Amino acid sequence: MKETDIEWINERRDFIKKAALGVTVAACGSAVCGCSSNSKEEGEKVVLLSPDGELVTVDSSHVKHVHKTVGVSKEIARQGIPGRKFVMVIDLAKCRNARKCVTACQKMHHLPEEDEWLQVRLMKDSPDAAPYWFPKICFHCDNPPCVKVCPVDATFKRQDGLVLIDTDRCIGCKFCMAACPYSTRVFNWSEPDQPEEIKCLDYSPETSVPAKIGTVAKCDFCPDMAREGLLPDCVTACPNGVFYFGDQNEDVVTNGDETIRFSEIIRDRGGYRFAEDLGTEPRVWYLPPKDRMFPVERGMEDLPAEIKDRFKGVMEE
Amino acid sequence: MMRTTNTGIQIQRIFAPMIERTSLREKLWIGMLLSVLAVGMYALYLQATVGHTVTGMRDNVVWGIYIANFIFFIGISYAGAVISGLLHLFQVEWRKPIIRIAELITVIATIIGPLFILLCVGRLDRLHHLVLYARLQSPITWDVLAISTYLTGSIIFLYLASVKDFAIYRDSTTLNLSKWKRRFFAFMAINYHDTPSQQKSINVAMNLMAIMIIPLAIIVHSVLSWIFGMTLRPGWHSTIFGPYFVLAAIYSGTGVLIIALYIFRRMYKLHDFILDKHFTYLGYIMLVLAAGYGYFTFSEYLTDWYGSETWTSQLIQKLFGWDEYGKLFLFTNVGGIILPILVVATPKLRKPGWITLASAIMVLAMWVKRYLIVVPTLETPLLPIQDIRPEYVNYSITWVEWALTLSGIALFLLLFTIASKFMTLIPVSEVAESHDEITQTK
Repeated sequence: MKETDIEWINERRDFIKKAALGVTVAACGSAVCGCSSNSKEEGEKVVLLSPDGELVTVDSSHVKHVHKTVGVSKEIARQGIPGRKFVMVIDLAKCRNARKCVTACQKMHHLPEEDEWLQVRLMKDSPDAAPYWFPKICFHCDNPPCVKVCPVDATFKRQDGLVLIDTDRCIGCKFCMAACPYSTRVFNWSEPDQPEEIKCLDYSPETSVPAKIGTVAKCDFCPDMAREGLLPDCVTACPNGVFYFGDQNEDVVTNGDETIRFSEIIRDRGGYRFAEDLGTEPRVWYLPPKDRMFPVERGMEDLPAEIKDRFKGVMEE
Repeated sequence: MMRTTNTGIQIQRIFAPMIERTSLREKLWIGMLLSVLAVGMYALYLQATVGHTVTGMRDNVVWGIYIANFIFFIGISYAGAVISGLLHLFQVEWRKPIIRIAELITVIATIIGPLFILLCVGRLDRLHHLVLYARLQSPITWDVLAISTYLTGSIIFLYLASVKDFAIYRDSTTLNLSKWKRRFFAFMAINYHDTPSQQKSINVAMNLMAIMIIPLAIIVHSVLSWIFGMTLRPGWHSTIFGPYFVLAAIYSGTGVLIIALYIFRRMYKLHDFILDKHFTYLGYIMLVLAAGYGYFTFSEYLTDWYGSETWTSQLIQKLFGWDEYGKLFLFTNVGGIILPILVVATPKLRKPGWITLASAIMVLAMWVKRYLIVVPTLETPLLPIQDIRPEYVNYSITWVEWALTLSGIALFLLLFTIASKFMTLIPVSEVAESHDEITQTK
């Protein structure tokens, strides 16, 4: 796991204090918002690796994420990053439903608790087939049914392959949700539960922050991270290296630990796209759950009862 | 001066109490409708301020009863568009006493239908985006264009058919009108004095509108069905959805027209004008439509069931499953198709009362059918429903949604009541003319 995706601020250190100032300024973006960064001590301590390589213990309230705050303008966000063709490869043989991807994604996009852009399903392709864990993100289809039906061009396809949403334009008709065959999109049914300093930000389709009531949201492939040469949060959060993110033009994907040729891994490992027959041309590829690293039951261990309930019925079959 | 016949005077006398003043009974009736609307407004206020969490809709079932109501109201608007448009073109004489009611149903239902689609929209403050950033590729844009054109066309059609009447009310000595109302009628009559050239213009305009309103109506419901048809979901992604919806719309429109005729005939003692034969003829039309609708339904579900593709089968199991939607599905087919055919086909039952009862059950069944088109499909996504909050899985209608649905019906009745204050529900000019012709031939 790379630590560069997140910057931590330790208020005890002067140089980081300066960084904190930078973050606050960056977070607000414009002078319009009056975000305050006073936070109460929560008492919970976290151990962090500082940029100069030292381990420090700080109160968790002093930890701030710089990521997912200020993105590029809407005009630039609609164009996409020139020369890129983003692609994701998900290795089903390595997934054990650790769910770090789910929480990392929620945290980094400042999602309200009920919004889960990344879901892990327990799939069983036929009655006699063995069940396997199936992390599901937005497929960023090349022939996206959601983009076709949008009446106001609020969701759009970019030249780098991404399908993003302009929440300031979305009218909330939910037609894209009905059109998406993969149940990818979520709706903000009520005022999203987000911190004030996030709420006041200007929305950018590349950060998908902040969420807005009555509009649609979904996985965005973290293009703001890609602009900085960083990997999406689900990729770096996964303890088992399930997710590979990369560029199809460069023919390279990486899970942070290993970097491999996209065409080779698809060829050698029998890569496929989910429900290819629908003709949506997803940009997400799956590697079949062959020679698995974990038995599927491992995924049910240590789960909170509420989450465990979601999968009940599948295992018994 | 517009000439008036004895029949014309008779009609004006019947409706004079409504047009001249508002009785206590009517005030109570309007008050009741307004109180239903008030509850609905409170529900709407909650939905607008708290958010759509107050509805039963969630990430899985993103549309619910509102969309079903939308299809239903646009469907019953076919009462006037097709029945009176088509009958006008074919010069069917018996249509004349019922066209006003049919056309009022059309206009009012077309006003209320789109209100329900607005209730599904998360950001009503951004409705102007539909024009500002309109994308012609989206079936919703097709709907916006089609429904607004259709509503305009229906209003013009209703108005053209009423100009002569407005002129008659203006010059009427039978009606004891208040000053502003007479002035209103004078304004609406646009200086119509029944001169030969005026007669000719209005007839030409009426014929043109009757021709235009029929393709418009067909386009509206086809486009509406394509909101569903253009997605990849089972139960929606069907090539017959356009004609299936159009037929269902004419069918339920006929049913509502029969119910309305029955109620008004009893309420205003219109037995001289709305005759038993009107029910019989409309019953025949309903029978033919029921057969057609049954044929479409059969071929739609036979194809889905026989093909037994996995995703589609999951939906079919839900619809046929007795513990899921089986009971409702059976009701839509028995009450919505078989019953009306049996009632109209049996000579003994071919009476206004029975035909109206069958129509009422059929209209209810057609509403349930719209619900069964929308909700079970959304409850059957391609990926198994897991890793989602349990309350997100199934849809159940909340009181907010019921309140707004009832408000829609109350608004329908209220607008009808208001309309009856400004026009006779039996068109004076048309009926007077035809009655005169009958007397002349005699």
